[in-house]
Amino acid sequence: MAHEIPDPVGHHGTSEMVRSATSESRLARYVLIGIALCFVGLFVVVPLASVFTEAMRNGPGEFLTVLADPETFSAIRLTLIVAVIAVPLNVVFGVSAAWAIAKFEFKGKAFLTTLIDLPFSVSPVISGLVFILLFGSHSLLGPWLQSHGIQILFAVPGIVLATVFVTFPFVARELIPLMQEQGTSDEEAALSLGASGWQTFWYVTLPNIKWGLLYGVLLCNARAMGEFGAVSVVSGHIRGLTNTMPLQVEILYNEYNFVAAFAVATLLALLALVTLVLKSLLEMKFSEQIAASRRH
Amino acid sequence: MALGVTLSWLILIILIPLSGLVWRSSVLGWSTFWALATDERTVNALRISFGTAFAAALVNVVFGVILAWVLVRYRFPGKRIVDAMVDLPFALPTAVAGIALTTLYAPNGWIGSLLAPLGIKVAFTPLGIVIALVFVGLPFVVRTVQPIMEEIDKEVEEAAATLGANRFQTISRVLLPGLTPAVLTGFALAFARGVGEYGSVIFIAGNLPYVSEIAPLLIVIRLEEFNYPAATAIAAVMLVISFVMLFVINMIQAWSRRRYGYGT
Repeated sequence: MAHEIPDPVGHHGTSEMVRSATSESRLARYVLIGIALCFVGLFVVVPLASVFTEAMRNGPGEFLTVLADPETFSAIRLTLIVAVIAVPLNVVFGVSAAWAIAKFEFKGKAFLTTLIDLPFSVSPVISGLVFILLFGSHSLLGPWLQSHGIQILFAVPGIVLATVFVTFPFVARELIPLMQEQGTSDEEAALSLGASGWQTFWYVTLPNIKWGLLYGVLLCNARAMGEFGAVSVVSGHIRGLTNTMPLQVEILYNEYNFVAAFAVATLLALLALVTLVLKSLLEMKFSEQIAASRRH
Repeated sequence: MALGVTLSWLILIILIPLSGLVWRSSVLGWSTFWALATDERTVNALRISFGTAFAAALVNVVFGVILAWVLVRYRFPGKRIVDAMVDLPFALPTAVAGIALTTLYAPNGWIGSLLAPLGIKVAFTPLGIVIALVFVGLPFVVRTVQPIMEEIDKEVEEAAATLGANRFQTISRVLLPGLTPAVLTGFALAFARGVGEYGSVIFIAGNLPYVSEIAPLLIVIRLEEFNYPAATAIAAVMLVISFVMLFVINMIQAWSRRRYGYGT
């Protein structure tokens, strides 16, 4: 965006001659744009395109046949089940955490915020490992769980727990800066007019944050459905039972069943694309209601 | 009430599992822990994880700053799409990225077959790990630097130009120093993410012990051997380093707030 200085002598020079002192030469601009586009192309666009072309390598017929496989179908179902449980849990938690942190003053707030961010900086494998150490047969809880016939690891509850752990920060982190910015005056007005705490939340706070919340849910859901490392550690890879879609991709790939692996990967890539489109739309339309400075 | 819910949820989901890890590594005893943590294969895996993550974060700093600059300053067709695509590594499941990159960079893949005649092997070497980590860390530098660049006051550049600086001098001596804290934060975030990354790496790495075996994979291998002490020790070492990283990021931001009046 070069705001060009009018040519003082009245020459009709080339744009190069009237270039303002606060922009680069045309050549430099083209080179930089070229580098940036090549980088994004090489590292983002080409890998994404390859997912689709590899899946379609033997034509759309085979693509559809491999997707109709019952194991793939059960992986899709498990992924949806996990997301349906984990995302709402983290929405409830995220809203209450953001509410507590943004609207109240208390000791240890910084520590609490750090704790919320923690799953972002921990390796997904470690996120899975902590649950193995907690519930595994060598742990304190393990024998008790076994004697009561409760199966957590290598079953759906373990996968849900690991997913909740990993997707923990998304909603809260999106809402905290937003709610802090909005302050407490709206809530104070509602309370002084006789609204109950719950009414205040439902009719005042929630409408104020709804787009930011949707944004957080979107990111949380994408991660919940796509999580690999943590889920891989706790799932036990039981085919048709504890395989989520990303795990199914791994198994098929390791069996050299590339078309099938990429076919399942296509579904996950579509999920990512839909997430990106919705995310961009939200950013365009409701940028003031989304904490844009905290995009990740 | 909200605080109570928050606290109990945090304790249940984060604090108890993590303290389990701390407790399990503490009952190992210092000498056992040290022996496990300094095991040759473990040290190599940690070195590979941190080394490749560092290299990938450096690549992302260079190209991330250029990309952010182009997105903030220039207009070109398709800019909005490029901007949205920067976030793809956040949204694309890591396993999908892993198999896609492996297929591309394998000796018979689209890119691998171009590099093979030059004698460059990417897939199944440490270079492959770097490629996967560049992909995974790509959004971090761009997204931390971009908002700061948007806020740069044009007057600063005009002042520099009036004082006789050419464009290169203005950028390298006036603009870039102001961006340093954001760039460092982005670097640290990309680095931290790269160190722990698992899904996208294990396909492309080839996973040769001592050569291209990353620390998170070694944890998984030890778990599959039911060698819980070893898995715990590696995890504890990684966790300690991650905490140090987190601390450094916070320090950078506090310093940046004092020095430049902004924090990312």
